[in-house]
Amino acid sequence: MLNHKLLDVKDLKKYYPVTGGLLSRHLGDVKAVDGVSFHIKEGETLGLVGESGCGKSTLGRTILRLEEPTEGEIIYRGTDITKLDRKGLRGLRKEIQIVFQDPQSSLDPRMTVGRSIGEALLIHGMGDEKEREQRVAEMLERVGLEGQHALRYPHEFSSGQRQRIGIARAFSVNPNLIIADEPVSALDVSIQAQILNLMLDLREEFGLAYLFIAHDLSVIRQISHQVAVMYLGKIVELAEKGEIFENTLHPYTEALLSAIPHIGQKRKRILLQGSVPSPLNPPAGCRFHTRCHRVLPICSQKEPPLKDVGNDHLVACHLY
Amino acid sequence: MTPEVVFDMKEVILSIRNLKTYFFTRRGVVRAVDGIDFDLVKGETLCLVGESGCGKTVTALSILGLIDSPPGRIVDGEIHYGNIDLMRCPRDQMRHIRGKEIAMIFQDAQSALNPVFTIGNQIVEQIKLHSEADNREAKEKAISLLEEVGIPSPEKVANYYPHQLSGGMKQRAMIAMSLSCDPQILIADEPTTAVDVTTKAQILDVFQRLKNTRQISLLFITHELGVVSEIGDRVVVMYAGKRVETAKVSELLTNPIFQHPYTTSLIKCLPDITGERDRLESIPGTVPSLIDLPGGCLFHPRCAKAMAICREEEPPPVTVTRGHTVFCHLYSR
Repeated sequence: MLNHKLLDVKDLKKYYPVTGGLLSRHLGDVKAVDGVSFHIKEGETLGLVGESGCGKSTLGRTILRLEEPTEGEIIYRGTDITKLDRKGLRGLRKEIQIVFQDPQSSLDPRMTVGRSIGEALLIHGMGDEKEREQRVAEMLERVGLEGQHALRYPHEFSSGQRQRIGIARAFSVNPNLIIADEPVSALDVSIQAQILNLMLDLREEFGLAYLFIAHDLSVIRQISHQVAVMYLGKIVELAEKGEIFENTLHPYTEALLSAIPHIGQKRKRILLQGSVPSPLNPPAGCRFHTRCHRVLPICSQKEPPLKDVGNDHLVACHLY
Repeated sequence: MTPEVVFDMKEVILSIRNLKTYFFTRRGVVRAVDGIDFDLVKGETLCLVGESGCGKTVTALSILGLIDSPPGRIVDGEIHYGNIDLMRCPRDQMRHIRGKEIAMIFQDAQSALNPVFTIGNQIVEQIKLHSEADNREAKEKAISLLEEVGIPSPEKVANYYPHQLSGGMKQRAMIAMSLSCDPQILIADEPTTAVDVTTKAQILDVFQRLKNTRQISLLFITHELGVVSEIGDRVVVMYAGKRVETAKVSELLTNPIFQHPYTTSLIKCLPDITGERDRLESIPGTVPSLIDLPGGCLFHPRCAKAMAICREEEPPPVTVTRGHTVFCHLYSR
């Protein structure tokens, strides 16, 4: 069956317990991810957007089980990832790879680039030494560097080039899904465009799927098929790309859209005050009601459910 | 080379002519800033735009006399603040000007704030350094400054340490600190880079309000033309240590006929929220090594419209309209 689900996340939760006092009593939980469900189809890209501190990165890391989920299921091609043992996990990480935000700290400064990339191949038992070397050179060329760069160290590269190396490493083991955790947020605009184009090209060539995390909706629009908007550990709006941009429903999505500085006519801006509230003690009712510009009396009392308002457009807001 | 007259009647508060700041390293001479000219007019916001490594920050540090020497040195040029020649003024006077007359906001608020003092203390220190105010007056002023930049419950926040504040709040605290001596000129070095979109919008809003209430002259460094369009009055586009274009923001962004190809590329590589394009038009390659620069026009190896002459001759300034100058052979006939 074409277009079936590659990854199906069901009611995923990740809580970090907060303890204190003499006996380390359990004082509460930081609910970083609090009941998130979505799926990614084969070869498609889900863009995940939200401010700093809304749980996007935790969600990405939990899918790879770099963080242990508290509750919920993560089904990858029919297997529940949350139940895998160490050996199973190793196999999984050949299928799902991650590209980190900070290309500086995600490469070992004492390893040559070739060894950093080759290590991924070695761990997953791909090829002999000669083949691995070849593969490394091939991947470096594919991401726009040169094969001989394998002998250099990370500090010899610019941040854009380092991000290319991170991408080469993730792609080298032929994964089916790549979790890209703000891969372009720390880059100059011109380099950002190069990296986005590279990721679009590679997606076409390798036919794989991305979970693309970013805080900038204009970047998300460039690369995604589906878009999920996250606020304080929950998805507040999820729809197909065209739908979410043409028919924006949730006030938070509206605010994120209007915050993007852009060229040309000045629009009326919805300015969100303050920052994301603490996930240790989220506001009652709708979590966004403290910063919402279209708040209703009901919003501080009852939490709105995520429901389908037609066209596979899910939104969690009392307005709809 | 004299730059164009910008606004005839208005007062030029900072004037930079043929500024050259080089760094003398073992590998060779790095021409970080190589002949920059511009004027900052009282009350305007001038944006300095370009990719990383094209000399924006070095220009700002040169103005404030903060270039580390060795290896760096201002080898040529003039910087005038009103009637004062900043390159030849004595250290004492420079120290008086820096912070009091010309203040700077650094890109990374995290590392620019001292982690072991409260926000209030750091602002008070600066006020007392440059004025006669006593502790109580300085504290009151610090709190009113925090309020001015939109920090909620400023009395409380004044007693916080930097780590207790979010990124956006730290950036606001930095802005409050820079305003503590009511400077004439504020230099902001990429204050909106590396923060998320909502924080960026908030910071831009703070600057917008400062422009309206304080009549401050703002030199705003950024690599995003979207930000320029929101905040700038005029713009200087820099590439590899040189000026490639100067224009009013309204003209630069809406009248692309006489745009420098580099400016055009910087606009086209922005992701478009209307989503009309499949692929972004990226600029191939990176800013060249400032030790080993290409001949002719510095942008020609990356330029889509490069001609034979671009490899040989450095382009002369072409005045398109009054206040709009482009350094490009496409328009030099």
